[in-house]
Amino acid sequence: MPETRMRTPLGRAIGLGSAKEGVQHWWMQRVTAVALVPLVVWFVIWVIILTGSGADRAAFIAWLRDPVSAAVWVLLLIAAFYHGALGLQVVIEDYVGNEGARLGLIVVMRLMALLGCILGIVAVAKLSLGA
Amino acid sequence: MAEFTLPANSKIGTGKTWPAPPAAQRPRRFRVYRWNPEDGKNPVMDTYTVDLADCAPMVLDALLKIKNEIDTTLTFRRSCREGVCGSCAMNIDGVNTLACITAIGDIKGDVRIYPLPHMPVVKDLVPDLTHIYAQYQSIQPWLQSDSPPPPDRERPQSIDERAKLDGLWECILCFCCTGACPSWWWSGERYLGPAVLLQAYRWLADSRDEKTGERLDLLEDPFRLYRCHTIMNCTRTCPKGLNPGKAIAEIKKLIVLRR
Repeated sequence: MPETRMRTPLGRAIGLGSAKEGVQHWWMQRVTAVALVPLVVWFVIWVIILTGSGADRAAFIAWLRDPVSAAVWVLLLIAAFYHGALGLQVVIEDYVGNEGARLGLIVVMRLMALLGCILGIVAVAKLSLGA
Repeated sequence: MAEFTLPANSKIGTGKTWPAPPAAQRPRRFRVYRWNPEDGKNPVMDTYTVDLADCAPMVLDALLKIKNEIDTTLTFRRSCREGVCGSCAMNIDGVNTLACITAIGDIKGDVRIYPLPHMPVVKDLVPDLTHIYAQYQSIQPWLQSDSPPPPDRERPQSIDERAKLDGLWECILCFCCTGACPSWWWSGERYLGPAVLLQAYRWLADSRDEKTGERLDLLEDPFRLYRCHTIMNCTRTCPKGLNPGKAIAEIKKLIVLRR
């Protein structure tokens, strides 16, 4: 049995009021999307070049030792995980109605994205700087 | 909240098939959603046959003919019969539109008529618009200005400034667009929906209004505004040919511009 609701329709429509945020999320989703275009093109071109020339693991590591390659790799990882986390947050907000579950899932999802991003950066650093 | 099936009390059954008029020259079947809040039953689809040789061309004409000559209990809203009042918004042949400006001849096969989707139904084809009207009220759809108007005339507005309202002022608040928006279906308690956001932009775009900042403050919210994912059902379905999707994009642009 749903609780009796005597609150006015306007009161219900206003609810808790505006969160006065959301533009950061929306704007960064677009910024990272645009950034990913050249980054992914760069990535695909290099994979084609390296695999096309029959490069082995050593050749890939030599490529990663170039500071430019390593730096662009880090940028790619940050942009990809940032963009992915923003997108997944929208999916969670759309599909999870329960506020507590929604907030919890978003926190867990963000931590996982952060973990994945840091793992990638550490891996690049290790291969790039390692002996 | 995402919903993929109708709730149990909204599942639609087969209703009554009303007898066709005798010696009909151009019989056409109309399958119409019926629900009566007083009989405690699930909604059903009633089937009526109308002789198009003896009926004016629009879907609303057929509905009126059914109500006048076949079944007086059929309930729907209508007023102007020329697409300016927005009362007869309903889902016809799978599209939210106005019954009065939809030609029967443009529809293939049986004409299927439902109320606007995902709204509480009052009876038959009449949806309960209470929440949408409250959402509309919440955006304060009236001119707000601290500067007093000139003592001897109305507030001045240049031709160019007035032109910015074209494509916005024509909205008749029929809510075909809001009823077509999956984001509003799922998050309508908080998401304002395309019709209300188009109206919100109508006041943001008005050169005479001075509360632009306050209006943007009220709109900037992950649910009120940013549930719009540019699905564009709103623009596709608008019977007035307006573009609520573009109006929402303009609001998002304004909020970025003022950062």
